[in-house]
Amino acid sequence: MKATCWNGKHKLRVEEVPDPHIINDGDAIVKITSTAICGSDLHLYNGLVPTMEKGDILGHEFMGEVVEVGKAVKKLRVGDRVVVPFPIACGACSMCKAQLYSLCENSNPNAWMAEKLWGHSPAGLFGYSHMLGGYSGGQAEYARVPFADVGPIKVPGELRDDQVLFLSDIFPTGYMGAEMCNIQPGQVIAVWGAGPVGQFAIASARLLGAERIIAIDRYAYRLRMARDHAGATHTINYQDVDVQEALADLTGGRGPDACIDAVGTEAHGVGVTYAYDRAKQALMLETDRPIALRQAITACRNGGIVSVVGVYGGFVDKFPMGAVMNRSLTIKSGQCHVQRYTRPLLERIERGEIDPSFVITHRLPLAQAPEAYAMFLAKEDNCEKVVLSA
Amino acid sequence: MNHASTESTRNLGARGLAYRRASAEAWERRRRPPSPALDGAGDRGLSRWALGVGWFSVGLGLGQLLAPRQLARLLGISDGPRTRRLIRALGIRELTAGVGLLSRRRPGRWLWARVAGDLVDLGLLGNLLRSRRTRGVRIGGALAAVAGVTVLDAWLGRRTGAATAAASEPRTVRRSITIGRPPAEVFGFWRDFQNLPRFLVHLESVQVQDPRRSRWRVRGPIGSTFEWNAEIVDERDNELIAWRSIGGSEVRNSGVVRFRPAPGGRGTEIHVEATYDPPAGAFGRLVALAAGEEPGQQIEGDLRRLKQVLETGEVIESDASIHRGRHPARPTVAPIVRKGAERS
Repeated sequence: MKATCWNGKHKLRVEEVPDPHIINDGDAIVKITSTAICGSDLHLYNGLVPTMEKGDILGHEFMGEVVEVGKAVKKLRVGDRVVVPFPIACGACSMCKAQLYSLCENSNPNAWMAEKLWGHSPAGLFGYSHMLGGYSGGQAEYARVPFADVGPIKVPGELRDDQVLFLSDIFPTGYMGAEMCNIQPGQVIAVWGAGPVGQFAIASARLLGAERIIAIDRYAYRLRMARDHAGATHTINYQDVDVQEALADLTGGRGPDACIDAVGTEAHGVGVTYAYDRAKQALMLETDRPIALRQAITACRNGGIVSVVGVYGGFVDKFPMGAVMNRSLTIKSGQCHVQRYTRPLLERIERGEIDPSFVITHRLPLAQAPEAYAMFLAKEDNCEKVVLSA
Repeated sequence: MNHASTESTRNLGARGLAYRRASAEAWERRRRPPSPALDGAGDRGLSRWALGVGWFSVGLGLGQLLAPRQLARLLGISDGPRTRRLIRALGIRELTAGVGLLSRRRPGRWLWARVAGDLVDLGLLGNLLRSRRTRGVRIGGALAAVAGVTVLDAWLGRRTGAATAAASEPRTVRRSITIGRPPAEVFGFWRDFQNLPRFLVHLESVQVQDPRRSRWRVRGPIGSTFEWNAEIVDERDNELIAWRSIGGSEVRNSGVVRFRPAPGGRGTEIHVEATYDPPAGAFGRLVALAAGEEPGQQIEGDLRRLKQVLETGEVIESDASIHRGRHPARPTVAPIVRKGAERS
């Protein structure tokens, strides 16, 4: 089959590799019909994630048709059309039973690597380094899906791939970002990053009843999408105005009730702090650039919530812990527990409350994955979300 | 802790003493007769030598780091940027070993690290000797000097190793895990030794000889295997299994596995404590470490696999983890050989 293989920083190739096989009895093999490039794939593309090997297959947002099932699989049959959540979860351990699927205790065979960096290991993920399992990803023609009875969700034929594909990651991730804000009527939510996850965080904040939703980014086209399609009531371009002042203006000086960081480790910014973080990251003195996170913490109202769904990998510098402690802020975070959200969010799509396909700006064949990554990274041609089809 | 450096200050618990008694015979057999030079004051003399080598390392390292060009000229070789980078890298290595030796912790390890470094230097110099562009006399001189230092390092390393018994001192590793099943089930699964190869991946076979005795065959680093005879010395239903190796064993080991109910109805906590004699001493441990097969990590991986088997029914593999050693996360041409199935 053809698969998108990582061969080093900014080096991707669509290579011919062997087809996947059933390895565990709970596996299914899925013939992929649609797959997407995630903003977090750019961290791999930029070589910022440790424990990658040359030849690793990328991709964790994918869907398709079941073509083979292992002998222990009960709920899926050959021919089923499914969307696959990006965290691999067994459904049987204490974390899965608590619906904390991205913390599955059994799905990361390389848990010891993650323990070295993070103390304890989270779940294995598709196509996201060896420290997170060493699983082949889904930017390919086929994928092996472990725990097929736990993760994949069957989708009805009436819905197009475009409408359900993002149940694999970015829609639930954005939704969890908004859910962690514990939104009450009349509240103001600020969202850093109007990339695909930010768009869904905004859309979800709207679904959950926020009164005002403020999108923060530096690209006019992304802010336009946030306002016209996701449901942002206000936008801030941080290259034009001071974010803290603008947020104070928009909230009567209180600050947003909750702030969502949908940016993560490769934040951009302006001025001295940005240069400082770029330099420290380049010198490997910090692994992450927490520019959006610092702003979110500083801007948040007293007693508010900072919800972090942007991906971080290691260590951040100049973390404003004093603001967190003295102003009673709550920080909530996590890789999305996708399996918890697929069913209710599919129902929202079926009821017509949201059509997630609004984020798609580009459709390309799988063979053009390397060009698609380059375009997405450079934000060329107003690129927001690329869907690849096999 | 039983890592104290002298016999007299060792504080071994009751279990440790039983372990020592049980294996004293094998211990004495393996141990080299003490060298006269090391009796009494010999130890202090030895550590003085090791410190001397440490200072030498620091001096040479600083020289290499700060004046690579001069050093290259002294040797009569090119002082281009590549050579300077190489000399600086060697300098960092020297400094590391030097500081390690001066820290006086585990001097044996640093001395053997120096021996490895010396061998690298000898190789590099040997290559230079063959090159026509260099001056043979100077290189030859350097070769002789490094060879002398190598002999000194190796001699000291051997002596230090014997003196502190670091190389053959038993090591204890502890690991634990929580499994979402009741203690009776977890204990029962473990006690049925037929189940062990399902999660102990390095285990080639266990032959149960009688209710107390069994023979174990385990895969070591780089294709080696080790065998031992185990005897269960204590067993309490749903609580613990303790074992030790007995005669006819290649690796002395002992240990105890405890099963405890986890608080809050979370199943069973398993606590493993294993004491073993590192195969092939410190060198074997280094090799095992390099091959990613360090015992603590092995036990942790085994416990994880046990949890997977008991909670999900099988050992979970990724496209990379089914291969021994490093492998990209991509499928392989069938048939796939499962790690756990190889020995069946």
